[in-house]
Amino acid sequence: MPHDLARAALLGLLHRTNIPKEVVDYITFGTVIQEVKTSNVAREAALGAGFSDKTPAHTVTMACISSNQAMTTAVGLIASGQSDVVVAGGVELMSDVPIRHSRKMRKMMLDLNRAKTLGQRLSLLSKFRPNFLSPELPAVAEFSTSETMGHSADRLAAAFAISRLEQDEYALRSHSLAKKAQDEGLLSDVVPFKVPGKDTVSKDNGIRPSSLEQMAKLKPAFIKPYGTVTAANSSFLTDGASAMLIMSEDRALAMGYKPKAYLRDFVYVSQDPKDQLLLGPTYATPKVLEKAGLTMSDIDVFEFHEAFSGQILANFKAMDSDWFAQNYMGRKTKVGSLPLEKFNTWGGSLSLGHPFGATGCRLVMAAANRLRKEGGQYGLVAACAAGGQGHGMIVETYPK
Amino acid sequence: MVASRAIGSLRRFSAFRIPRSRGYICRNFTRSSALLTRTHVNYGVKGDVAVVRLNSPNSKVNTLNKEVQSEFIEVMSEIWANDQIRSAVLISSKPGCFIAGADINMLAACKTSQEATRVSQEGQRIFEKLEKSTKPIVAAISGSCLGGGLELAISCQYRIATKDRKTVLGVPEVLLGILPGAGGTQRLPKMVGIPAAFDMMLTGRNIHADKAKKMGLVDQLVEPLGPGVKPPEERTIEYLEEVAVTFAKGLADKKITPKRDKGLVEKLTSYAMKIPFVRQQVYKTVEEKVQKQTKGLYPAPLKIIDAVKTGIEQGNDAGYLAESQKFGELAMTKESKALIGLYHGQVLCKKNKFGTPQNEVKQLAILGAGLMGAGIAQVSVDKGLKTLLKDATVAGLGRGQQQVFKGLNDKVKKKAITSFERDSTFSKLIGQLDYKDFEKADMVIEAVFEDLSIKHKVLKEVEAVTPDHCVFASNTSALPIKEIAAVSKRPEKVIGMHYFSPVDKMQLLEIITTEKTTQDTTASAVAVGLKQGKVIIVVKDGPGFYTTRCLAPMMSEVIRILQEGVGPKKLDSLTTGFGFPVGAATLADEVGVDVAQHVAEDLGKAFGERFGGGNVELLKQMVARGFLGRKSGKGFYIYQEGSKDKNLNSDMDGIFASLKLPAKPEVSSDEDIQYRVVTRFVNEAVLCLQEGVLATPEEGDIGAVFGLGFPPCLGGPFRFVDLYGAQKIVDRLRKYEAVYGKQFAPCQLLLDHANSPSKKFHQ
Repeated sequence: MPHDLARAALLGLLHRTNIPKEVVDYITFGTVIQEVKTSNVAREAALGAGFSDKTPAHTVTMACISSNQAMTTAVGLIASGQSDVVVAGGVELMSDVPIRHSRKMRKMMLDLNRAKTLGQRLSLLSKFRPNFLSPELPAVAEFSTSETMGHSADRLAAAFAISRLEQDEYALRSHSLAKKAQDEGLLSDVVPFKVPGKDTVSKDNGIRPSSLEQMAKLKPAFIKPYGTVTAANSSFLTDGASAMLIMSEDRALAMGYKPKAYLRDFVYVSQDPKDQLLLGPTYATPKVLEKAGLTMSDIDVFEFHEAFSGQILANFKAMDSDWFAQNYMGRKTKVGSLPLEKFNTWGGSLSLGHPFGATGCRLVMAAANRLRKEGGQYGLVAACAAGGQGHGMIVETYPK
Repeated sequence: MVASRAIGSLRRFSAFRIPRSRGYICRNFTRSSALLTRTHVNYGVKGDVAVVRLNSPNSKVNTLNKEVQSEFIEVMSEIWANDQIRSAVLISSKPGCFIAGADINMLAACKTSQEATRVSQEGQRIFEKLEKSTKPIVAAISGSCLGGGLELAISCQYRIATKDRKTVLGVPEVLLGILPGAGGTQRLPKMVGIPAAFDMMLTGRNIHADKAKKMGLVDQLVEPLGPGVKPPEERTIEYLEEVAVTFAKGLADKKITPKRDKGLVEKLTSYAMKIPFVRQQVYKTVEEKVQKQTKGLYPAPLKIIDAVKTGIEQGNDAGYLAESQKFGELAMTKESKALIGLYHGQVLCKKNKFGTPQNEVKQLAILGAGLMGAGIAQVSVDKGLKTLLKDATVAGLGRGQQQVFKGLNDKVKKKAITSFERDSTFSKLIGQLDYKDFEKADMVIEAVFEDLSIKHKVLKEVEAVTPDHCVFASNTSALPIKEIAAVSKRPEKVIGMHYFSPVDKMQLLEIITTEKTTQDTTASAVAVGLKQGKVIIVVKDGPGFYTTRCLAPMMSEVIRILQEGVGPKKLDSLTTGFGFPVGAATLADEVGVDVAQHVAEDLGKAFGERFGGGNVELLKQMVARGFLGRKSGKGFYIYQEGSKDKNLNSDMDGIFASLKLPAKPEVSSDEDIQYRVVTRFVNEAVLCLQEGVLATPEEGDIGAVFGLGFPPCLGGPFRFVDLYGAQKIVDRLRKYEAVYGKQFAPCQLLLDHANSPSKKFHQ
């Protein structure tokens, strides 16, 4: 169940930080596909992890940027003086999504509950038809357009004229860089998890650098038969949870902590959920830079959520286009090109996986760790999300 | 289906188009270089694929005319002769239009059926070359692909279409009274099967890309793209071309076969169609159906069936020959001329000849959430207009809101829109009981009860809260606008907007101007009507305006005929037999007997004897006994929820008996009864033009056909006079005048036309 994963992330955090449980004022988690039994998964996980029952907890949802929303909620709580110490995280259990009975079946079951006499029950039951049993599966599709995200990504790649080869190359880069980072032990934010009844998972298990030839053999996954988005150049859905300790600087120092990074600034953006579903980073990047008073050249580390190769490359092209900036962003000039040497150099969602609600914290942590490892002051985190939304955040390394 | 559909579908079709300008031909030649540039058709080569681009200059659409055809065949000949080229893609550079059809002027220029047959044969010859091409040709379709455009596409080896709303495929020729004459009747049955081909050709319906894929009409779909580094439409066409080029290569390399997998149902159907007996049954059923629906008044559907049958039963040569000959015959029929005339009229009535209004109407308000008010609200929000819907009671408002929701939800059920689109459209409607936010309204349309004092009351209330620029439009079917405007502070802003019920189905909007109405007010009303998707006629104020005024003497005659002992069923079959989509008695039930009574009394007062004939007492008694027509469940017929059969209302017998008139045998033959009804209608219509109520005969034809169901095969009252002959109509009128008196006295304009046969309403 999702709260098991979330609990493990909390326990990992406690273990790493040695924070006394009672010091934590508030806990907030992001998640996308909710398990009905634990709709406030933050609270269930916190209780299970042994946090004080006096520590309130809530769960937020904002598609793929749910844990970003959890983090910025924590920032808000601290900034407004509500709390000093907040744990923010996210969790997603893609391997066990809730599958519902059909509406007709649900209605019949609810009506049966209300039926008083045997006759009423029997007459209700007589209305049963076998098709009542066909289940409702959750889909990664936009409610407003009914389009699946992969389909939208394929159209986006086509709109920006991004070839299959370019997409495969980028995916290969992600996997190769992730493999390298893993081998070099840079992915230090991973906590081993013992799967009940199975082996312990101690590292990301989706990193599979392949060859362009192998990747070229795959058939398109969404727009058949000529689309360009395939299983190999899409992020894969996986289980995962993440957690992060966010404190006011004063409190952290008073407690003797050496902070990793400041969460300096953030923005949320939204746009057309049909044709610009995955262009959130393009809109968020200039906005958050402007808000923080920075320019592209001030950024030492870029950490973007890789939903699809085509999505990342489309965002690159959109940011590098005066036409797009003028016609869709209300800007006079383009945002600018992103330096690839600073971009997702430890892999990304394509290779590390994408547990919807948990990805945000991983992005911020990767940015903070990269800043510490590679040197540099500012990191920029950006992500797109279903609903045509987006998020950008500036992370600043804590001076040594 | 065909007859009534001809009304409904005219709005969508554009099989034939008239190029807007012809003065462009020489222009491109002035910059002639080594590369030969043609005017309409050009091509480039991508690897070993030729990309042929259609783009007629100075026009929103591509049409097939002689020039385009000859350029096209030149280009194709070069491609066939070039060894470097192994396949070709055919695409239009215009977003929203592949080929909208053949040029209607080609047909108009034909004087004899032989000439028209040659036009058809020329098309057949070109498309046969395409079909036999050894180099595969891929038609890349984005936007309308109709008539000759679709016939061209199905001659190609492969078809790829953009899956958007603008991309529609169809053969609407039947709506113009002709048939698909460039191989369509022969190729379509082979491509989509006999039943589906009949459906397409006999209804002329537009088929969207995704349906076309399921039917096997297109082989692949391309998704429309959003913005990239250029405008979406531009990039989508480019993308379509890229995908089409890949498939053209694949076809040339034999990596892709143009054959497609058929579903089980399809396999069974095509198997069944191989059995001659089954085929004969299909022909028979379709013929019977057509016969029943057209009553033999429309020759095109039967000839289409014939051409298809000949091709399948007697082979290709006979089939193509039959197609071209029948095309020639149909092109010369009165029915075709009438339908083409309606098409032209409709194009005219889709334009705002009053210019752009100073204030665009962004906020609309509607008073009264009854059948009409809610209907107007529905067509307004459907096209994105923010609309306030005000009613006096919560119950009335709720009923109206439910009507709008149902209208939208029916579209969801037909998969025309998504449930999400329904919701966001429905959000544009604000229901209310007070005048809140009326200070922001740019136009108010009242659809309250047809009573002058109530109309006056709401007009004063509205003017007290609305801004000065706000237009006040009255939806009334008979009350003179001048009288409504009498209490207005701003009579120049008062106008009539007469909608027809049901508003979401009936295309006509009659706009009525008074002497004080300014041109800008009229322009606003027309702009709103066009936005709502209406075909618009603008007429002068007067009792009954144009449409109601024509209907009144006709209905008066209908009552007299009933009084003379012709039963409602017989009357209905006589009128539908003449081409009216709805029988006269049924029409009265649909409109509402109380409304008919109101109109008959009001107009009877205004026009006196000319509108006499039947006794209004008949309607009065019906109203008194609650026989209001469909809405009350009883009228001439009995209406039952869920039942389509209607039985005569036997309670009417007493009323008929009490008002019985002796029939006059010399004018009571079936034909005479039909002509008594029609000539009174036509005479009144011509009088409206004579008096200046109507500005043009085109508007008169459109108003009669789209608003009142005047037989489309006759093209409207004015076209009817032109084609049938004014003298013959005058003769009929004189004959009836001799029996009944002045009600049948022909008007002066009609007499003028009868006296000089060269005079025509339509040139």
